[in-house]
Amino acid sequence: MGSNGKRIVAVTGNEAVAEAMRQVNPDVCAAYPITPATDIMQRFTGFVSNGKVKTEMVLVESEHSAMSACVGASAAGGRVATATSSQGLALMWEVLFIASGTRLPIVMALVNRALSAPLNIHGDHSDGMGARDCGWIQLWSENGQEAYDNMIQSFRIAEHMDIRMPAMVCLDGFIISHSIERMEYLDDETVKNFVGGFTATNPLLDIEHPVSYGPLILTDYYMEYRRAHAEVMSKVKNVVLDVAKDFEKISGRKYELFETYRMEDAEIGIVVLNSAAGTTKDAIDIFRDKGIKAGLLKPRLFRPFPYEEVGEALKHLKVICVMDRADAFGASYGPLFMEIASSLYMYKDKPIMINKIYGLGGRDYMPGHAEQVLAELAEIAKTGTVKTYKDYLGVRE
Amino acid sequence: MKQKGWKELKPGAVVTEPGSALNFKTGSWRANKPKWIEENCIQCLFCWTYCPDMSVNVKDGKRGEFNYDYCKGCGICARECPGKKGNKAIVMEEEGK
Repeated sequence: MGSNGKRIVAVTGNEAVAEAMRQVNPDVCAAYPITPATDIMQRFTGFVSNGKVKTEMVLVESEHSAMSACVGASAAGGRVATATSSQGLALMWEVLFIASGTRLPIVMALVNRALSAPLNIHGDHSDGMGARDCGWIQLWSENGQEAYDNMIQSFRIAEHMDIRMPAMVCLDGFIISHSIERMEYLDDETVKNFVGGFTATNPLLDIEHPVSYGPLILTDYYMEYRRAHAEVMSKVKNVVLDVAKDFEKISGRKYELFETYRMEDAEIGIVVLNSAAGTTKDAIDIFRDKGIKAGLLKPRLFRPFPYEEVGEALKHLKVICVMDRADAFGASYGPLFMEIASSLYMYKDKPIMINKIYGLGGRDYMPGHAEQVLAELAEIAKTGTVKTYKDYLGVRE
Repeated sequence: MKQKGWKELKPGAVVTEPGSALNFKTGSWRANKPKWIEENCIQCLFCWTYCPDMSVNVKDGKRGEFNYDYCKGCGICARECPGKKGNKAIVMEEEGK
């Protein structure tokens, strides 16, 4: 341990997420293994077996059961966490809505992986994007450090008394989950104090105050509950910012709703989620050295999406490429593109926007790809002519 | 009862008042209505036992009239009723007849 209470370690993204969960020490964890998230729960169940946490570990027969057990444990009054990927998240799907509609602050790591078919285990955002409108908060992470930091902050955000909503922390399968990075761990006491004790709201186990969860709400009230849910989501961004400020005090690491890189005077820009942002930043440096004013915006809080702030940050650009690691079959553009387009919709003068689908099923996104995109943006900025609004990057014809 | 606006709702639709189903009168769902024929009733209370809701009023161990505020007309009571000498003590009638 360093003199400032930080531990410098070399660990994988999964190890870091498991470590965050160990430090938070949730009351209940229900999980089912799935590549590439298996490693998180494997490490965490090790902590349980070795008495490092007091968590009640529930090993279930499917992800549908895992999320159902999380819902039950959370309604009972416990602090609950889990992790999954891809098909696992897909199998949880109907229960995700129950967790959010019931306002249960469950925290879940989502190691982003492609969806079948064809069967594929590698990094892809189709799983998280498929669940983007399920009422959960989503924080996306570029690397292991961000995944660790987002995990810890997520408990504070989800459990905030104005919020009480489940939160998902996304990190790229294999690229981050299984790659070793140098990162900084906070000490246990610091994390414990930062996260604080869990305050249950209407716990089922409070037998002095009996409550019922999951009533039938028909045409007369359903819409009011959905409106109330939307209102809670509108409060999330301020809580995310407040929690980030507190987190900066204990870690020295600054987080916002999104990260911008060399954007102030930028004319062309790339918007991209998660690990590809790191690669893209290097390419931007190369273009900056050539005198091309390039920048990057990497969303962190994807749900609720901070439309106003993102629009403000991008509106001055001439050309933007939004990069999607998930396709939206039958829609014109990828899911991230549609959010960015919505963010800029109300501006009279707005940047030209193009969309690239990249990296599906773990297809490599190399610095050369980022440079290819930046070169195309620079050309569009010069000529004002767009050849293709949506295209696939690194796919064989 | 005046319906609440979205700002007045309990988070997550959690019901914090026990027995609040009393406030939700489901009798209006009914298409068929059970009719009690007292002279055929042997007071076995099968109807009370089988009723999935709370629509058979019982006082001092004996049933009385149906509580139509909650009866959805499922007909289980009429089906289970043994009656007296082959004559049912509960029959279903089409609502509004």
